[in-house]
Amino acid sequence: MSNATTGVSSSGGAQKVSKINEVVIRIAGNSQDGIQAIGGFLARLAGRSEQEVMTFMTIPATISGGASIFQVRMGSGEVLSSGDEADVLLAFYQHSYDAHIASLKKGGIVLFDSDHVVANEELKKTYHHLGIPISGLTVEAIGGTAKDKGKNIFALGLIAKMFDLNLPKLEKLIGERFTGKDPSILNNALAAFHAGHANPFGNVLETFKFVDAQKKDGHQVVMNGNEAIGYGLIAAGVRFGAGYPITPWTDIMELLRRELPKYGGCFIQTEDEIAAISMAIGGSYAGRVAVTGSSGPGISLKTEALGWAIMAEMPLVIIDVQRGGPSTGMPTNIEQSDLNIAVNGGHGDAPRVVIAPANVEDCFYMAIEAVNIARKYSVPVILLTDQGIATRIEAFVEPNLEKICQEIGPDFAPVADHKPYDLSAANGISHHVPPGTKINSGKYPIVTGLEHDELGHPTGSPKLHMQMTAKRRKKLQALGASLPLPKIYGPSEGNVLLVGWGSTEGPVKEAVDRARAAGDSVSSIHLRHINPLPNGLENIFSGFNHVLVVEMNDEGLYGFGQLGAILRARYCDAKIQGINKTDGLTWKVKEILERTKTNLSAGLSKI
Amino acid sequence: MSETLLAKPVVSTTTPPTEERKGLTKKEIAADHPTWCPGCGDFSVLALYFKLIEKRKMWHEKITTVAGIGCSSRFPYFVQAHGAHYIHGRALPFASGISLSRPDLHVFVFGGDGDAFSIGGNHFNHTARKNIKMTYCVMDNWVYGLTKKQTSPTSPLGFKSKTDIWGAIDYPINPLKQAIAAGATFVARTTHTNPNHVLQMMEAAMDHDGFSFIECLSECVEFYEGAFDASNPRKGGVFNEVPKSHDVTDEGAAYKLAGEDFPGHFGIFYKVNKPTKNAKEAEIIKNYQSKVTGQQPWQILQKNFDKMK
Repeated sequence: MSNATTGVSSSGGAQKVSKINEVVIRIAGNSQDGIQAIGGFLARLAGRSEQEVMTFMTIPATISGGASIFQVRMGSGEVLSSGDEADVLLAFYQHSYDAHIASLKKGGIVLFDSDHVVANEELKKTYHHLGIPISGLTVEAIGGTAKDKGKNIFALGLIAKMFDLNLPKLEKLIGERFTGKDPSILNNALAAFHAGHANPFGNVLETFKFVDAQKKDGHQVVMNGNEAIGYGLIAAGVRFGAGYPITPWTDIMELLRRELPKYGGCFIQTEDEIAAISMAIGGSYAGRVAVTGSSGPGISLKTEALGWAIMAEMPLVIIDVQRGGPSTGMPTNIEQSDLNIAVNGGHGDAPRVVIAPANVEDCFYMAIEAVNIARKYSVPVILLTDQGIATRIEAFVEPNLEKICQEIGPDFAPVADHKPYDLSAANGISHHVPPGTKINSGKYPIVTGLEHDELGHPTGSPKLHMQMTAKRRKKLQALGASLPLPKIYGPSEGNVLLVGWGSTEGPVKEAVDRARAAGDSVSSIHLRHINPLPNGLENIFSGFNHVLVVEMNDEGLYGFGQLGAILRARYCDAKIQGINKTDGLTWKVKEILERTKTNLSAGLSKI
Repeated sequence: MSETLLAKPVVSTTTPPTEERKGLTKKEIAADHPTWCPGCGDFSVLALYFKLIEKRKMWHEKITTVAGIGCSSRFPYFVQAHGAHYIHGRALPFASGISLSRPDLHVFVFGGDGDAFSIGGNHFNHTARKNIKMTYCVMDNWVYGLTKKQTSPTSPLGFKSKTDIWGAIDYPINPLKQAIAAGATFVARTTHTNPNHVLQMMEAAMDHDGFSFIECLSECVEFYEGAFDASNPRKGGVFNEVPKSHDVTDEGAAYKLAGEDFPGHFGIFYKVNKPTKNAKEAEIIKNYQSKVTGQQPWQILQKNFDKMK
């Protein structure tokens, strides 16, 4: 909890009120306790209060039940990560208390359900302990027929009191959540919330008040990365797709299945992963960029069809929500170990586009960018996200949908002549003409996975294979030349440049902030376009003594992570090194800083 | 109102949908000269597809031919029309993507027994059960031809191939039973040696609203010569049509008929009318769109965003 510059002020009575900029709250319980609902309410409240917010959750890979946490960091200033340490721990069970008290900052507050948790006397010296019989009081408040139901909302009331949160806004959110259900459910929820809020614990402990947030331009919307991708695809004009359920990609296919009919489209659940990508490619062939997606093993299964789409030059968007691998791996954990398969997966020389959003807002915009690159270059585009970004909730400025939403319906206007693989096309970029289009020359195209001539007919000609291979490569080189260089966070010259990609943007930037505050010379860049890379990165690298690529994947046989190896191969620069980890959890800021220091034998030079 | 998959796409102002056109000639439909071996049964299937296009006055741009991998799957290259040569075994989901997003097209898929029943077996079952509108013509030659004589899923027991030099030991698939059991709504059998019958089956399959499956015996003269002689009167065999008394809507009777020993019968074994997946998806779209009548896509999306504020 960072105190505002105004410092601690007393409200004058028995109760102390401190002004704060931000807070990290970790809620620990079981997956069926509705702890995600508390986190969701807090995140949406922050969004409506023009505050910044970021969440982090773990879910067990079990079918039902199991320990689960939800961490919310909300504040009046910029929130870049979900926070290394919690200011407040809300523990529902003994196992929640035991497992998560170490995540609490020294001097932090542990709020626990004294009906289930016995506090450790030794730990009372380090942390403020506040035991409240949450289960019992909830039963008292709402009648206690449904066992354990409603205690999450009771706890939300406690938190609202502790942080002087806006009551009418929270009541409205609760109302929205339970609208349409049996009115007694909403009444119970509000009763539990008010009982929590009215709990007299505030008399024995200080409470907190956020300093006013900076005025944002326009409203904020609050959603997770999977939702942002789903809605981004709809905004981009995608109306057809196919998929197969696999965690953590499934949310996106559920959203598209549910939403697309409103737009005249549909999303098909197929018999397997190969059918899913094949059906999506069929949809693209029929005239409109289609989407498929998966996670982990599903991506492996799709690679043969992906190679076909590259060879046949079909536009396609493939979402890869990465999880821990290989094989079934760690289905509900975060890892960035699919970069290699995204960039190189499959047989043969098969260039495809790989882009990776940096945060939830970026998921929305990069989903649109993926569609537009696929259309413009007639190529499959892989949108590489991960379990962390998929499930975390952020608030961002509401997009102007009227301006952004685009129509990409197929064009069936007759053409005089058409070569699907026209070798004279500028930069190798030819376009697909869908069935239904009359071709006045009477020569119709075949799209194919066999090496082909300009009309798509098979050839064994060495010359054509070389020309067509070059054509497929040149398209990506043209795209690379058009990409903007990433902005440097911090000065453009110094000792250390941290290079991040995907969901690590926040912690990497926060590491730069902390290092610079301590007087160290650290900057960062974040790569959103992975394949092709933008041109000119060497000019950024030349400003630094060390380039450290921060990734959540293994250091590999030769000491470099997956992006690190690509950057070294491209720039042949020995100063490019890696900071890697595979614990299945998001980067903590302090981990990045410690690893940076150990990585540089000489230590960081002072400015 | 946003564009819907229900509505037929606007083709163009210069070719009004009501336009009367002459049927295409064989010369206009033929593309590359087929790469098949001389005497291959696939030639007659191709010739009859041309005949179907001519007879039914199909328009060039509306013909969509899809195939997977195999000798017979070279088919699209030989047809002067929109076509796709996809990967091994996956032609059906690819064709489903076209069928489900383009109600104005009828997709024809051609392939072989390995493509359909071995590597693509799962897709065959699911495309059939979902009743996705298209015609699937499997040119069954009981052998892998493109890779030069290995055992196929329809090779009879004892067939000597390069992977079973002592004779096939695995029980073969019965394509008709497989199709009926999977829920195909049109199941027919024909043979390349009876051209009129092939054309009849193709026409009936095209006119069927649903997943229509034709098993067309197509002899591989190179690697399984004489396989179907017993069904060819010119080779001393018998060509028995499905008895007139057979009720094509009787699943049990169709299954029984499909189980007869070779040469068995030829014709339509099973045909029922069930709503297609295409129609069911269109119904969902219609219901959902009726709730957002008059709204632009961005306005529909805005409603979702308003809930996330």
